[in-house]
Amino acid sequence: MSKRSLERAEVTTESLPVPSLDGVEHFSLESGSESEEEEDLDFGENDYREPLPDEKTLIRPGDYNDSDCSSDEEEIRNRIGNIPMEWYDEYDHIGYDIHGEKVAKTKKEGDQLDKLLDRMDNPDFWRTVHNKREGEDIVLPDEDLAVIEKLRSNSYPDLGYNPYEPYVDFFTYEKLETPLVDTPEPKRRFVPSKHEHKKVMKIIRAIRNGWIKPKEDVPRKPVYFDLWANKTEPQKHNPMHIPAPKLPLPGNEESYNPPEEYLPSKEEREQWENTDETDRDKNFLPQKYSCLRHVPAYPQLINEKFDRCLDLYLCPRKMKMKLNMNPDDLLPKLPKPKDLKPFPSTKAVKFSDHEGHVYSIDSNKSGEFIVSGGEDKILRIWESSTGRVLSKIALPDTITSVKWNKAHSMVAAASGNTLYLLNPGLGDRLVVDSSNKLLQGLTDIRELEHCRWYPLGNDKDGLRTKIVHNSELSNITWHNNGNYIAVTMRDSQSCPVLIHNITKHSSQKPFNKSKGQIQQVEFHPNKPFFYVLSQRYVRVYNLVKQAMVRKLTCSVKWASCMAIHPKGDNLIVGSYDKTLVWFDMDLSVKPYKSLQQHKKAIRHVCFHPRYPLYASSSDDCSTIITHGMVYNDLVKNPLVVPVKVLRGHRDTAKYGVLCNVFHPQQPWIYTGGSDGDIWLFV
Amino acid sequence: MGKLQKKGEKGSATNYITRTQAVKKLQLTLPDFRKICILKGIYPHEPKKKRKLAKGSSAPKTFYYVKDIQYLAHEPLLQKFAETKIFVKKVKKALGRDELDTVQRVRDQKPHYTLDHIVKERYPNFADAIKDLDDALCLIFLFSTMPRQGKVQPGIINKCRILAVEFMHYVIAAKCIKKVFVSIKGIYFQVEIEGNDISWIIPHQFTTPPPSNIDFKVMLSFLELYTTVLGFVNFKLYSNLNLIYPPKALEDVFTEKSSIYYGDDIYRERLESLNIKLAEVQNLEEDEEIDEELLAGDQTLDDLVQSRKEEETFKNLFKGCKFFLGREVPREVLVLAIRSLGGEVSWSSDSGVASTYNETDPDITHQIVDRPSQSHQFLSRCYVQPQWIFDSINQRKVLPVDDYVAGCLLPPHLSPFVNTEGYLPPEQVELLDRNKIGEDGEEESPREELSAEDKKLAVMAMPKKRKALYNKMIHSNKKKASVVNKLKRKREELDEVREKKKAATDS
Repeated sequence: MSKRSLERAEVTTESLPVPSLDGVEHFSLESGSESEEEEDLDFGENDYREPLPDEKTLIRPGDYNDSDCSSDEEEIRNRIGNIPMEWYDEYDHIGYDIHGEKVAKTKKEGDQLDKLLDRMDNPDFWRTVHNKREGEDIVLPDEDLAVIEKLRSNSYPDLGYNPYEPYVDFFTYEKLETPLVDTPEPKRRFVPSKHEHKKVMKIIRAIRNGWIKPKEDVPRKPVYFDLWANKTEPQKHNPMHIPAPKLPLPGNEESYNPPEEYLPSKEEREQWENTDETDRDKNFLPQKYSCLRHVPAYPQLINEKFDRCLDLYLCPRKMKMKLNMNPDDLLPKLPKPKDLKPFPSTKAVKFSDHEGHVYSIDSNKSGEFIVSGGEDKILRIWESSTGRVLSKIALPDTITSVKWNKAHSMVAAASGNTLYLLNPGLGDRLVVDSSNKLLQGLTDIRELEHCRWYPLGNDKDGLRTKIVHNSELSNITWHNNGNYIAVTMRDSQSCPVLIHNITKHSSQKPFNKSKGQIQQVEFHPNKPFFYVLSQRYVRVYNLVKQAMVRKLTCSVKWASCMAIHPKGDNLIVGSYDKTLVWFDMDLSVKPYKSLQQHKKAIRHVCFHPRYPLYASSSDDCSTIITHGMVYNDLVKNPLVVPVKVLRGHRDTAKYGVLCNVFHPQQPWIYTGGSDGDIWLFV
Repeated sequence: MGKLQKKGEKGSATNYITRTQAVKKLQLTLPDFRKICILKGIYPHEPKKKRKLAKGSSAPKTFYYVKDIQYLAHEPLLQKFAETKIFVKKVKKALGRDELDTVQRVRDQKPHYTLDHIVKERYPNFADAIKDLDDALCLIFLFSTMPRQGKVQPGIINKCRILAVEFMHYVIAAKCIKKVFVSIKGIYFQVEIEGNDISWIIPHQFTTPPPSNIDFKVMLSFLELYTTVLGFVNFKLYSNLNLIYPPKALEDVFTEKSSIYYGDDIYRERLESLNIKLAEVQNLEEDEEIDEELLAGDQTLDDLVQSRKEEETFKNLFKGCKFFLGREVPREVLVLAIRSLGGEVSWSSDSGVASTYNETDPDITHQIVDRPSQSHQFLSRCYVQPQWIFDSINQRKVLPVDDYVAGCLLPPHLSPFVNTEGYLPPEQVELLDRNKIGEDGEEESPREELSAEDKKLAVMAMPKKRKALYNKMIHSNKKKASVVNKLKRKREELDEVREKKKAATDS
């Protein structure tokens, strides 16, 4: 490049607002190829120019090498050339000098330990460099250190060199008369770029429409402040919110050093391992470590916490009342049984003569004698105090029910489809005679619609009359005045119930239609009411008005038996589904109490005529005596307290106690069982 | 007569909504629905007539309150969730087109949300937040020990660690520790803050790889909420104690040193050592008078003064004791336990920063070691095992060190959380009795006991429902008793064996 062209370039640069790119490119191309440090060096080689004011102080790399690097000029003692110095490791010398003499090792090279000691002792250790070829240690002077420091920091190694000297603009010190390039500047140099304008407009539009948002200053770290500083009224969206329950705190078994009894035995361990994870009562096995440092990590902790998280957001929450009470507090506050004496409690007399089940027993009015009948078809009359059989009367069929007339000296026994009326001839002679007279009033066979009356004359067994029905009798009951007897025929559809009049020798059919299977019928003790027990209901009829008065719902599946309180306002019903139901007629047609005391079907229930007691016998071989007190005060509800469980009968063919009857005067009870025994409990 | 009520217009038909319906209504994805439920504390409810509501189907269905879902629908976070969804779409699209500068620009605009308003909503008062702190602390302490190369981002772990350390600093400063229990799962701590007992578990100091069968999304959602809550709680607790938040060492305030002076790591390590005194905002004097209105019921002023005195002595249980920790003991929990009861503690400077004195200090009273023998023993101090500290705290007095000397067989470590029902080992019964003598517990009047027969008769007279409940209770009581009896029998057998051994060695 000539001096003239430089001058021309200078003119153009002056005339234009934007410096011409050509010159600059040229400049950088040349300088880049030659050397990386000095631009003015290149020019110095090609062109002559006067030295710049500071040029003398500049030190060039080449000069530096010549003047300062003394290593080349130094006398080299060891003349072995550029070979690895390890070759001389095992010798005492490190090479040969110019005269061929061995150059001895000045110092034996120490091992790591020596080096370490040297490092400790020698304050100049860090600036010492070992020259292997000459076998000598060189302590670097401060100037050398400064150069090293400069090189390390990626700056010029020369200490005095300043790369940022003021720029001397050698183009402009003399104006060019003619420009370097003579072409006129194109228009595009003067108008804004359309392409760029498009790009900018696109961005502007995006910003205006909110497609691009300026970068927000989002705080990286969370900022905490006093959240609860101003107290506002809490807005509870959900007053039903239930806070999550806290996790239970650990007990002794979770300790790292628990008492030894908590440690599982081998079987417990096996059992724990064999059960499914969800079925285990605790999710860990107790373990004992002799000291804290032996305790390992517990990797399942994270699973536990995960489960807790799941519980917190997946489980429906529900308030549950936790009963923290003694179960005995639940027991009803009842008077003590010993305060409710008397009641039968111990076995006294055993009446054993029957073979097979005893289906029915009854006692006479005074309680001196009892009558019983059962599977063996023999009616027996016993002396109650001794258990002696007074008389045995063989009947043709199984005796299902016996009842002693409380007004006359008369016993009714249902055997098959026949009802036998007999006079046992016991007790007061006058009564016996009058009863005989009453029964012997029938002289001829009497044919009625549903039955036939047969006189049996003056039988020696005492049988006086028999009434033959169309179907099997299941139950019989006397009216309190002793003139009427009601019989039940379970299987008969047309005529399930008949009422016989003893004095008039007539029979009466109270219902035209059958209302289900009738289990039992009873007379009210002092009012003209008639109770009919079907499978689920008790119907109460007024015999005078000949209309139904009430229908009591038993709420049992299959009622078996019933008994009426001597005062007539209360009623109990036993059922085959183990339940005993107490009705208070004044209260409602629904049960006042429903008691499930027995474990099996109830076979028979009865009230004591004088004491506030009733008994229920069941197939579980027990008879339960219950204190059932009815108060005269209408406001006061009856008190029902079980007082005694009587056991004594044996289970035979799944039947237990089949019948029971209270002693009419004493708080005693007779029970007849399927094992053929009758027991008297006193 | 009123208007006829039509079916499906009132009652559970309109009060409950199934999860699928709720998700549809909120126009969310199921994971997002889960997250919002977790954050807002919405949980399902069990309708009374579930079968009827599910139209006879017995398939498992989750029901939410309709009002809960309506409440969720107004949540501003839902908007953010939608924005996040769009954000992800944009990034994916740009990545697919290989437009990296767009990716960068979109990434800069990532939707950002805070949970402050939710915290305020869920815990309108500070006390509410305190009551619900158990789970938060458990999860945060657990995550602070997670491995950093695992599924959880190290940023989250760091955050948890910082919050945990801050909380522990508070416990030390407030001296509110009550009970400590070392279990095989971790170390349980119980503290009392504003009258609420808060207990949490610190896992043993080992990092374990997290199992694969865990959905971390759920846990992280909880963690997001919990970290926010604990951050605010920490701030409030610190300001209640007049301390600078975030915590700063007292000496650093005086010398005006900051993390730049120490370097970030060392500064954090110093904080995490728990062995620095925290800087206060300014000194305020508190009046210690007791407000008589605070007295509850039959408490007299003397009682309250007495109980406060006891509290104060317990708070300074280890005052005057100077501890030195061995390398092998768990440092963090011990420092927390000792310093929060007024003790001084240090360790070898090799094993960590912020040790205040070294092993040769003649004033050291106790050295806590977990090795059977020491190379050099100083006669002026006791060498005890770490359990001594924990048992002393639980019994609220400095125990004699004889049973806890280094290398000896330790007495069993009993749980301070047991209640009196269930089996109690004889050691614990002894302890409880000793405490009771001081309290002179009320004697219950002996109940009249029914005989077995009378009881049977009384059960007969019970109504059916009551009887079922009674039988259930009797059954469960029997079950509990059988467990207790089993443990008792075991203990007796063990005692017998021990006695026999003793007799054998004696002879």
